[in-house]
Amino acid sequence: MTLPDVSSLLDVLVSKTRAHFSTMPEALQNVQLVGLHTGGVWVAEAIARELELPRPVGTLDIGFWRDDFYHQGLAPNRRSTSLPFGIEGAHILLVDDVIMSGRTIRAAMNELFDFGRPERITLVSLIALPGRELPIQPDVVGLDLSLPAGQRIKLTGPDPLMLTLKET
Amino acid sequence: MQICPPALPGDVQLDEQGRLRHFLDIQGLPRALLTDILDTADSFRGIGDAQVKKVPLLRGRTVVNLFFENSTRTRATFELAAKRLSADVLNLDIGTSSSSKGETLRDTLFNLEAMQADAFVVRHSDSGAAHFIASQVTPHVAIINAGDGRHAHPTQAMLDMLTIRRHKGEFSNLKVAIVGDILHSRVARSQVHALKTLGAGEVRLVAPLTLLPSQVDAMGCRVFTNLRQGLKDVDVVIMLRLQKERMDGALLPSEGEFYRYYGLTRETLAYARPDAVVMHPGPMNRGVEIESAVADGPQSLIMDQVTNGIAVRMAVLSMAVSGQTQKGAA
Repeated sequence: MTLPDVSSLLDVLVSKTRAHFSTMPEALQNVQLVGLHTGGVWVAEAIARELELPRPVGTLDIGFWRDDFYHQGLAPNRRSTSLPFGIEGAHILLVDDVIMSGRTIRAAMNELFDFGRPERITLVSLIALPGRELPIQPDVVGLDLSLPAGQRIKLTGPDPLMLTLKET
Repeated sequence: MQICPPALPGDVQLDEQGRLRHFLDIQGLPRALLTDILDTADSFRGIGDAQVKKVPLLRGRTVVNLFFENSTRTRATFELAAKRLSADVLNLDIGTSSSSKGETLRDTLFNLEAMQADAFVVRHSDSGAAHFIASQVTPHVAIINAGDGRHAHPTQAMLDMLTIRRHKGEFSNLKVAIVGDILHSRVARSQVHALKTLGAGEVRLVAPLTLLPSQVDAMGCRVFTNLRQGLKDVDVVIMLRLQKERMDGALLPSEGEFYRYYGLTRETLAYARPDAVVMHPGPMNRGVEIESAVADGPQSLIMDQVTNGIAVRMAVLSMAVSGQTQKGAA
């Protein structure tokens, strides 16, 4: 199957994000961007650049909050969580590259709450796949996509950003 | 009770996939695993920035601190590590309870297992105690060695490696001197194994002949009996505590004489590289192995070691407990 070009997909995501905040433009100027390692951080950086939002963006590694620890152990290649702003009372724009089961976002929200009580979390995902296992839905999606059985999609980068298919 | 030195196969610490199940000794562990422990510990250090200084990895699990020998720092940092992983922690000072009433170690263990513990952190004055316990417990209980006799103190060695790596980077470029009571030191043994496995450029042992083990050559280090020569151009100086409680012979004329020849002072530290760092596993005997001005000076990383101890113990506890529960674990 042909995969979409990431830069045009990012354009779509940025304009959908702007549209999502069309009734509350001042809220968009006050959001704090948080990307999920690794792909979500690249997408968050692109959104910050296009919408001229403050940087550096926050980054989250949800490795210690995963729910499959007793099956998989700790994932290798952990990155650092860095939130260079207060979470308490903030409107967080939480960004990931791909959402499927929703378990990563569950873990991310649990981790965020350990840093404070955000006023609101808006969830943005470049790609949404079917297969949700938790009642978590993104507010803004670049592209809804279905994959053939046994395949998954991954964002690679950062230069250039590309989508690649992998066998599970 | 007297416990024989370890007789278990070296791979008792790992499962078939090479994952950590027990953490008893650095010897026999591959470099990749030691690096993974350091990487994991590094990422646990960031948790101190959050409002809630905990992660949920061991939520609902029970860690038992089983201390047959006195300890303040090691026990406190193991307790804090387990609590930051959200485990429930039980501290047992066995020296003053069951064993003094005649209960055997095996009976104590079986009672604790019946309380459904998931990990035992064991300190014992006999070499091989942690291996013995690992051979006796039911599967699915992780054993962490918090120091056994003169044999090993692997989490102390790993927190020292983390401290060195954070300040000095790559091990292959480093000259490291371990100074003092090598003979009685389980810390020194574990440090040598860790430094060798991680590929340190040069490891030196500096001590009077009476405080060197008889088979010191087998440790594969450069041995010095002169402190100034031993410290020349080193990047890292690790001082050891003079273990007076373990000395059962006339090994030293006096503490004063030991300090005169082997104490780390501003004057002797000047033989090391100007950017050398100074470490000590604690508790320190100020004025016996180290001068206060050095222990509290700008090159000292002694307080960093304590902070890194929590992160390393979180890494080892989480890896061993998860290693006991993953698919394929024995």
